[in-house]
Amino acid sequence: MDLSSINPALLLASLMVAATPILLAALGELVVERAGVLNLGVEGMMITGAICGFAMAVNSGSPLVGFMAAAGGGALLALLFALLTQIALANQVASGLALTLFGLGLSALLGQGYVGIKPPPTPRLDIPVLGDIPFLGRVLFSHDPVVYFGLGLTGLIWWMLKYSHAGMVLRAVGENHHAAHALGYKVVRIRVLAILFGGACAGLGGAYLSLVRVPQWTEGMTSGAGWIALALVVFASWKAGRVLLGAWLFGGVAVLQLNLQAAGIAIPVEYLSMSPYLITILVLVTMSADKSRAPASLGRIFHATQ
Amino acid sequence: MKINTLLTSAALALGLATVAVAQDRTKVGFIYVGPIGDGGWTYEHDKARLAVEEHFGDRVETVYQESVPEGADAERAISQMALQGADLIFTTSFGFMEPTLAVAERFPDVKFEHATGYRTAPNVSTYSARFYEGRAVQGHIAGRMTESNVIGYIASYPIPEVIRGINAAFLHARKANPEVEFRIIWAYTWFDPAKEADAATALIEQGADVILQHTDSTAPQAAAERAGGVITFGQASDMAEYAPMPRVSSIIDNWAPYYIDRTQAVMDGTWESQQIWHGITEGMVEIGEITDAVPADVRDEAQALEASMAEGDYHPFTGPIARQDGSAWLAEGEVADDATLLGMDFYVEGISGQIPN
Repeated sequence: MDLSSINPALLLASLMVAATPILLAALGELVVERAGVLNLGVEGMMITGAICGFAMAVNSGSPLVGFMAAAGGGALLALLFALLTQIALANQVASGLALTLFGLGLSALLGQGYVGIKPPPTPRLDIPVLGDIPFLGRVLFSHDPVVYFGLGLTGLIWWMLKYSHAGMVLRAVGENHHAAHALGYKVVRIRVLAILFGGACAGLGGAYLSLVRVPQWTEGMTSGAGWIALALVVFASWKAGRVLLGAWLFGGVAVLQLNLQAAGIAIPVEYLSMSPYLITILVLVTMSADKSRAPASLGRIFHATQ
Repeated sequence: MKINTLLTSAALALGLATVAVAQDRTKVGFIYVGPIGDGGWTYEHDKARLAVEEHFGDRVETVYQESVPEGADAERAISQMALQGADLIFTTSFGFMEPTLAVAERFPDVKFEHATGYRTAPNVSTYSARFYEGRAVQGHIAGRMTESNVIGYIASYPIPEVIRGINAAFLHARKANPEVEFRIIWAYTWFDPAKEADAATALIEQGADVILQHTDSTAPQAAAERAGGVITFGQASDMAEYAPMPRVSSIIDNWAPYYIDRTQAVMDGTWESQQIWHGITEGMVEIGEITDAVPADVRDEAQALEASMAEGDYHPFTGPIARQDGSAWLAEGEVADDATLLGMDFYVEGISGQIPN
């Protein structure tokens, strides 16, 4: 065992990177579910975003264009879900699962010419002065812009849901769509917008995988990250701050266990391997022992009869 | 009435015709553990499937299912393929062993070929490649090239094939450089690019300047390239898009001749259950081009090692070799027998850490 070979600054820096894809996807899904819609297609939207972002970044040479295309691609796929569930009133669970399957197939098709190609590098923001602080500089102030975008988005969504009028309307739609409708709010329109936002966020999360974290295009490369994001929303009891905590815990323990293995620590690998799931669930479930619960209209179909 | 009779006979004729065509064509199915675009393990199996199609043309029809999880769902996927009328089914991952045997029992007329397993049945063969021969070459290059003397190894599951690979690579790395130390990460997945990239990054951050992988995607190659100054080897496929650096060589699995051979056997009715374990000699294991990033003398040594194995002069597990706990395994000059290698569940002396159960 040689724990001295683990550099805590590098470890914490990797944590931020490992947490970002699931954080982005989970934040998007949080908003969707707060609006009362259950979209199980996160995995499909993520991987579609991953290939859209990758393809556009390669063709344009700009990671920024790539990330925008990823958000667009994810939102476009989400639009399909919105049409099915909000206009055609299809079952949300079935539509979401179908979206995942469709996204996986579509991305494999789109990605055929992109295997083995290297994307343009996403530069790190080397913030002067702050980035030179010994330990903290490497951990906090030398990441790519998307990491900070994810943090900013967490704060924004938290503030919006808690304090803004728009957030209150969104929550009203998610808690009781008939009441919201009676008050004159456009339930379907609000939900469609939330679904599009969720798709864009999932797409960004996917592109973060293909453009920064891995970085390359491989079929099926999200391999379950979307499902983890979905679970995270539930275990975080639909709260933005807890989603961030959960993403850090999951990403952090996942990276930590790999580092502990590499350092040869004498904990059986089986336990290390399951630790990210176990610890994240334990912490979040313990925290949600308070009175948090799911949005009351979650997954229910809204049909304006009046 | 006349029209009805006419239609019936036409339908009958059509039906007979399709049956006749169907009987002519041999249907070959493939069950893959990853996507065909993984750039590694599954990609090579699918390349061999295409080779079967090209070789037999209209006489075969191939079907495949990708990303089949190892576990209960595999049995469903294999059964479905058998129900679709496949005559021969290749199940291409270790974890498909029990599902393959279970389905084979229910479909005695269908032939099954299970990759890298060790259990057979009257209608189930096993086939595998002696990847450890390729690992020996990698180990040698790794030992000669490392400057930090730390070699990182991304392992998948603790099964004999993976353990064999670690041992073969380690023995030859140590032989080339007695200072070498292995850091092993068990990823518990065959295919998860993000996790594989994280594992490679963790190893590199802890000082490894050579990364060996026994997982299927090219993600560790990308991570090594980004870190710079780290060398890697293509796994299962050439992964030439990462040459000349970080990928300095590779192990390539060439399944095509075997698949063609076995399809032919089914057509001829000569198929019999067997256990095949081919290596460099038979061409099932190939060593990818060693790039210019490797010094000429190291390349020559590696090629000499490859040649000696191809000619059968040298076996990578030749004594004296002790087990991790120091007890003797092979005496001076003794060569490991296949039974021990197929069930290998121990590290050789010098590797630190424990094999997960």
